[in-house]
Amino acid sequence: MSLERFINQAISSWMSAEGPDSDIVLSSRIRLARNIKQFKFPTLFSNEEAEAIIEKIKARVEHSSFSKLGEMELLLMDSLQPLQKRVLMEKHLISPHLAENSTHGACLLSENEEVSIMINEEDHIRIQCLFPGFQLSEALNMANEIDDWLEEEADYAFDEGIGFLTSCPTNVGTGLRASVMMHLPGLVLTHQMNRIIPAINQLGLVVRGIYGEGSEALGNIFQVSNQITLGKSEEDIAEDLKSVVSQLISQERSARQALAKTSNIQLEDRVFRSYGVLSNSRIIESKEAAQCLSDVRLGIDMQYIKNISKNILNELMILTQPGFLQQYAGGPLRPHERDIRRASLIRERLKMEDQELGG
Amino acid sequence: MICQECNQRPATLHFTKVVNGEKAEFHLCEKCAQEKGEMFMLGSGSGFSINNLLAGLLNIQPAFQGSGQDPFQQEKVLQCEQCSLTFQQFIKVGRFGCASCYETFKDQLTPILRRLHSGNSSHSGKIPARIGGTIHLRRNMDVLKNQLKEMISKEEFERAAELRDEIRKLEKQLNADQKGGE
Ligand SMILES: [Zn+2]
Ligand SMILES: [Zn+2]
Repeated sequence: MSLERFINQAISSWMSAEGPDSDIVLSSRIRLARNIKQFKFPTLFSNEEAEAIIEKIKARVEHSSFSKLGEMELLLMDSLQPLQKRVLMEKHLISPHLAENSTHGACLLSENEEVSIMINEEDHIRIQCLFPGFQLSEALNMANEIDDWLEEEADYAFDEGIGFLTSCPTNVGTGLRASVMMHLPGLVLTHQMNRIIPAINQLGLVVRGIYGEGSEALGNIFQVSNQITLGKSEEDIAEDLKSVVSQLISQERSARQALAKTSNIQLEDRVFRSYGVLSNSRIIESKEAAQCLSDVRLGIDMQYIKNISKNILNELMILTQPGFLQQYAGGPLRPHERDIRRASLIRERLKMEDQELGG
Repeated sequence: MICQECNQRPATLHFTKVVNGEKAEFHLCEKCAQEKGEMFMLGSGSGFSINNLLAGLLNIQPAFQGSGQDPFQQEKVLQCEQCSLTFQQFIKVGRFGCASCYETFKDQLTPILRRLHSGNSSHSGKIPARIGGTIHLRRNMDVLKNQLKEMISKEEFERAAELRDEIRKLEKQLNADQKGGE
């Protein structure tokens, strides 16, 4: 398969479309956890119950589809190859838990991949809406509509006092997890994240890196999300997160301005060195690739680099993960082989940019 | 007990973390725990670990530790009738077995929910349209009744009369719904 075709198939709308504040906010996500009253939760339910839940959702879709979403595709985890599951995971369309540990797990996916409804994850139903840029309210509205549509035929486990009942008490109440993925190179370069993260934690929000392990935030990409699901309305949870994200956006913008003022040439040097590494290396580890991609994206946002499309960061952060590299290679790769593949995929992708502009 | 990280301040928080089946214990002061806590959050993938928190609660609340010491005190074993999950099992796995568990473990759960959700223990968000039917009406009625009291105290009787009519209408609707639902 040609790289162009591979990329076109691999890219979901949240990675390529331009959203509000997309120079800093890569994507906005809403997740609602729901359970059906008559069945035991997934940690204890029987195979029959698990199958019945899938049937119930399937019937709902067949009975009256949710017109806004177009055709929905049902993917059964049991009938997917490990690599296919890995790729869905790397695109953030399913969770690692659904891919690896679920019993009769399934996923109902909208055509543009903005909506994915996970079935038999930690809860019976997890509605996920993933929008490009800073669009939390839009994503929440969409999730609410899907929720209402599903509820027309499913008796949810709901308690007047404590709300939607979930498998884990950390999700009870609204069952809502709202999160925003942000690219914050300015705050990292000016060493401000160590100060900012505890301050945000104090507000009941969690900040973490989404690529890399432990305390790393590869590619300077952070996810900010709510921790509390009980006692606040969905709108208030989203608003509280939005106000913190807005503050982060303006702090990131002023950090970039300060960098441009105080170390313009150093920054420009850094950006172009990273561009050089990406367009010339023959072996590259994910950590170095992520750092260079972050630099190049910053360079695009700050107009040092003018002829590369912005979504290169989103796209290549996803496409250079192990699952995608192996899918592109058409078979399993050892770590060292991946580093070679990663380098060549990035080089080819950057060449495509040149051709598009030339032609 | 002294904090194992800094060896200076007294340990106030106790976590257990299970890594590949091996149980590791942490006894930390507030300050070091905050730093560790961030590590937990970053490491565990699905937010911070509920298991750590529950294990911590077990250490803090001696009432929970007592059960199991006396094998003849059977009535102390709290178990969900629907799914057979015991409270001890819940503490271990951090997940409920079914919707009824919430009712069964209600008394034990309230302090846990408060701790998890910044002191909150009651829902003030969305109510499902269909099964939540009468809750909407009852919530509306509570709002109207409060307004009515206010209007009466302000001696705005005209508005109060309007509100009273609205409340009566809702009451009728509520009665009809409840009969229809049975
Ligand atoms: Zn300490
Ligand atoms: Zn139960």
